[in-house]
Amino acid sequence: MINQWLVNCLSWGMGCLLLVLANLSQAGTFEIVEYEQALIKAKFDQKAQIMASWYEADQAQAVHLMQLMLDSQLYYLKQDKRLYQVEDASSGAIAQRIHDGGLITLKKKRDVKRVSINNRLRSVFRQRVTETQLSAAKPQDRLAAAESIIGDTTPELMATIARLRLGETDASVLAAFDLVLAVATLHSSNEDQQRQSIRLLGESLHPASLNALNGFLLTYPQSPLIPMVGKYVEQINGKVDFYGSLETIYFGLSLGSVLVLAGIGLAITFGVMGVINMAHGELIMIGAYTTYLIQQLMPNHIGLSLLVAVPAAFLVSGAVGILIERGVIRFLYGRPLETLLATFGISLILQQAVRSIFSPLNRSVETPLWMTGVIDINPLLSLTQSRMYIIVFCLTIFLLLLAVMKRTRLGLQVRAVSQNRDMAKSMGVRSEWIDALTFGLGSGVAGVAGVALSQLTNVGPNMGQAYIIDSFMVVVFGGVGNLWGTLVAGLSLGVANKILEPWAGAVLSKVLVLIFIILFIQKRPRGLFPQRGRDAKG
Amino acid sequence: MNKLHRSTDLKPHAMTAKGLDFLAPEKNHTVNVDHSILLYVESLSVAFEGFQAINDLNLYITDGELRCIIGPNGAGKTTMMDIITGKTAPDSGIVYFGQTIDLLELDEPAIAQAGVGRKFQKPTVFEHLSVWHNLELAMAQKRNFWSLLHAKMTSEQRANIDEVLGLIGLKDQVRKLAGTLSHGQKQWLEIGALLMQRPRLLLVDEPVAGMTHQEMDKTAELLRSLAGKHSVIVVEHDMEFVRNLSDGGKTVSVLHQGSILAEGTMTQVQNDDRVKQVYLGE
Amino acid sequence: MMRLLNNDVGGRWLIGSLLLAIVLIPVLNSLPASSSLYFPTYSVTLLGKYLTLALLALSVDLVWGYLGILTLGHAAFFALGAYAMGMYLMRQIGDRGVYANAELSDFMVFLDWQELPWFWQGFDQFWVAILMVMLVPAVLAFGFGYLAFRSRVSGVYLSIITQAMTYALMLAFYRNEMGLGGNNGLTDFKDILGYSLQSDHTKMALFIASAVALIIGYLLCRFITTSRAGKVVVAIRDAEERTRFMGYRVENIKLWVFVFSAMLAGVAGALYVPQVGIINPNEFSPLNSIEVLVWVAVGGRATLYGAAMGAILINYAKSYLTVELPEVWLFVLGGLFVFVTLVLPQGVAGLLKRKGTE
Repeated sequence: MINQWLVNCLSWGMGCLLLVLANLSQAGTFEIVEYEQALIKAKFDQKAQIMASWYEADQAQAVHLMQLMLDSQLYYLKQDKRLYQVEDASSGAIAQRIHDGGLITLKKKRDVKRVSINNRLRSVFRQRVTETQLSAAKPQDRLAAAESIIGDTTPELMATIARLRLGETDASVLAAFDLVLAVATLHSSNEDQQRQSIRLLGESLHPASLNALNGFLLTYPQSPLIPMVGKYVEQINGKVDFYGSLETIYFGLSLGSVLVLAGIGLAITFGVMGVINMAHGELIMIGAYTTYLIQQLMPNHIGLSLLVAVPAAFLVSGAVGILIERGVIRFLYGRPLETLLATFGISLILQQAVRSIFSPLNRSVETPLWMTGVIDINPLLSLTQSRMYIIVFCLTIFLLLLAVMKRTRLGLQVRAVSQNRDMAKSMGVRSEWIDALTFGLGSGVAGVAGVALSQLTNVGPNMGQAYIIDSFMVVVFGGVGNLWGTLVAGLSLGVANKILEPWAGAVLSKVLVLIFIILFIQKRPRGLFPQRGRDAKG
Repeated sequence: MNKLHRSTDLKPHAMTAKGLDFLAPEKNHTVNVDHSILLYVESLSVAFEGFQAINDLNLYITDGELRCIIGPNGAGKTTMMDIITGKTAPDSGIVYFGQTIDLLELDEPAIAQAGVGRKFQKPTVFEHLSVWHNLELAMAQKRNFWSLLHAKMTSEQRANIDEVLGLIGLKDQVRKLAGTLSHGQKQWLEIGALLMQRPRLLLVDEPVAGMTHQEMDKTAELLRSLAGKHSVIVVEHDMEFVRNLSDGGKTVSVLHQGSILAEGTMTQVQNDDRVKQVYLGE
Repeated sequence: MMRLLNNDVGGRWLIGSLLLAIVLIPVLNSLPASSSLYFPTYSVTLLGKYLTLALLALSVDLVWGYLGILTLGHAAFFALGAYAMGMYLMRQIGDRGVYANAELSDFMVFLDWQELPWFWQGFDQFWVAILMVMLVPAVLAFGFGYLAFRSRVSGVYLSIITQAMTYALMLAFYRNEMGLGGNNGLTDFKDILGYSLQSDHTKMALFIASAVALIIGYLLCRFITTSRAGKVVVAIRDAEERTRFMGYRVENIKLWVFVFSAMLAGVAGALYVPQVGIINPNEFSPLNSIEVLVWVAVGGRATLYGAAMGAILINYAKSYLTVELPEVWLFVLGGLFVFVTLVLPQGVAGLLKRKGTE
């Protein structure tokens, strides 16, 4: 292919430098200095040949230099006549030497001079660079190169792509090649070819296809193919809407998962035990601070520290919860309003304690690498991995908790005590223990929620406050005493919030959701999934 | 509709205490008892999560009648009262107060104001109010906020309360907070409060629970004296009390699995084979 | 009036001391600053602020102590009253703002608004503002209470949705689009009824107005709680079902008390604003509502005077501690919540009463 490129060069009548080229080639030994000197001295006409020859000798470096010239970042220092990369030539700017990567600081702007190119060279280099990238070894590099030239091709590039296409094995790269060709062929004078590419573009979900088709509608209003294009545009718009709403639901589900995580501990303490724990948010906060501390202990293993933090936060928050239950709440059973006040006091104490110990400033908890990134479903829909982890984590915690409540002895005893304390006592259940353990369980789960939230928001003394109202809303909306209700309520409130957001804004949509819940509770005081029966209390 | 019904004693009871006339229901009640029936309960059914608490229940209470209802636990006695007083909505059936008032369309306060009074199984008094204030609130009067704000006690009302205090034997406890009373005293206070309401129909749920024998006799006497001017429905477990109360051929209804199993005098009911089988366990 | 204070030693003490303060403090304030008895003006304003908070505590005690509704949203009514007064004070600034716009307040000019929003109309009239101070909280309380009481939401559920209400309002008021100054709220007030807010006389007048409002509020609450309606209110708190079966429309009675209480809170807010000089959405924060509860609980629920005393004492302690030992204040406040509920459920008033009967 280098031959073909040479032919191109020749055809533009720049043969006069063949001699130099021949000399350099003949020399057989590759001296970067010689190339650099040649390039600096060369006129526009000669630069193409020099670069072609350089390309022969060292492909990667030549492409790099051509790209730099395209980006107007290639300079030479007048002093040593060597090439440098300079992003912004001014006094004090950093310049990187090309041949050995050494850095120097420019004293004056005029110390360097740009290696300039004209439009003709620009297109030659562009062709050269793109062509190289299109035949790169890694499929994702080839894909990126193909994507970058959609709608911006020359006949030469078209020919190259058509040729490369035959040898391409990767499906997504192949599709991208087809897309490039189709967008270009859209403007062909041959109606059949046009029809063919319209069909191809109409099936593709790439945003460029829609652009190209819309462009077609504007450019060729007289074309007999207009109805066909119109139909496809409509179809694609439909798909865009569809995937758009899928994405909204995904965002909603991840927000909902946060709500469920925050609320699920409360579903145990409030829902099953009937204890109003206003310090619930602070138990979440303690979980988040536990994550922070463990990360401080093992700064080189961010990912591992997060895994360690889950059980640690469960234990720490659980222990604090048991302390609260034994120390305060157990004296207040049957007096929910007093419990509310006392636990609110505890929440203030915990906040201030954290503020005194860790400072009132927010602490940032690092996110491990494996949690970042994006999963591409198709060109219209890509899912961020961190959200995916939150959803999966939330469901895991939920299922675990469900299993504990439904399948274990502890769960059985908890339900027995919550339904009929005296009866359970007479059957040998140590209800005091069960109270403490249940409260510990709910608090521990709040701590685990804190681990997850530490990945999403700042960890600070006030973070618990942000979640307490939401948590109560989720539990009450779902129906107290019903774990499934909490799940459904949390997820649906999350989705509702995200659906409202585009037209109401983040704050107003939150307000609207709150108002909706307030009105909903008026209508159905026992939530979505109420516990029924004559004696069930509203 | 049923034969036993005709045997009900319709004569006004002879034992009406003289001094209690002021407790009689107000004359201006709009209850229409042209057919001398005060309460109609027909084809009443209600289920809680599949459990049929009330099942096609029919019950007719004549004006001025004293009716005892007995039945084992879970027979639906309390649920029946809940429906009549508006606490629970039935799945089907009708409940009429006199000829014209459809109780199913009214809520609790409206039903109470129409003239249905209820005494709960568990004595419920206003614990942080004095005995006097408990009776004062129960007293028949305008019950809207603005009238209550300016309400003044008339000497007649004062006399009425004193009268009831004497009747329920709490004259010495008048300034005491109701919460400090004994269980039996609370029962009496609640009955007293019920009387102050001057209801046309009294629903009394297990009135003698926690009472001594003398108190039971006194309660029975009081309830019998109320009959005639009031209609009274008494739900009770205590057989001896029911026998005492229904003495003189008053109707006793046996409730079983949400419907009336048998109706008649205590003797008739006790000799009914089905009753023996399900209730007396013979 | 004396009839209302029968059997109310605490109330007589409270009103007695307020009347004494009204007479004595202006005298002490007019003494030369060198005198040891001199009462500085900033203390007058601080005390005036405590009195408005005491009025708020009264309104909460009426609803919580007597009616049994643990309201976590009374700060909303307080803040609405405060905003209504704040709007009047904003209009009084006229063209003395930074942008010197006679028609629009600074924040409106800043947001590039062309004309006064409709809900600001009329607020340059003092009587309109006073009307709104009571009407706006009343309307909110009526709407909220009508829905909640009719559908018999009670207990902690009611508490939680009152909290959601004030939280939603806080979020809403933070928005600039709300037209009430967003984050910064309303501030930089100049004068009230033509008198400069900076002058010592105005400050004294506001203090006296607060004391008088507290006395009137106290007597009104007493009037309600000692009437037969007040007995029904307690009856509802103790046995709601029973009251209903007695023929009382529980939801209506709750509603009227709730609305009255909201108006009282609104008036408290209106007197608070000119004395602190600012109102912003923070006043809606759920924490504020809950703080009021601890004043009432410490003072003694369902005593009225206890609530007022509790408010004054704890706010004095707060002013002191947040300056002297800022780290300690939240520990103290939190500890008070726990201590009062566990050890002193009747509050200080209950303690005094027990002492008295011994």
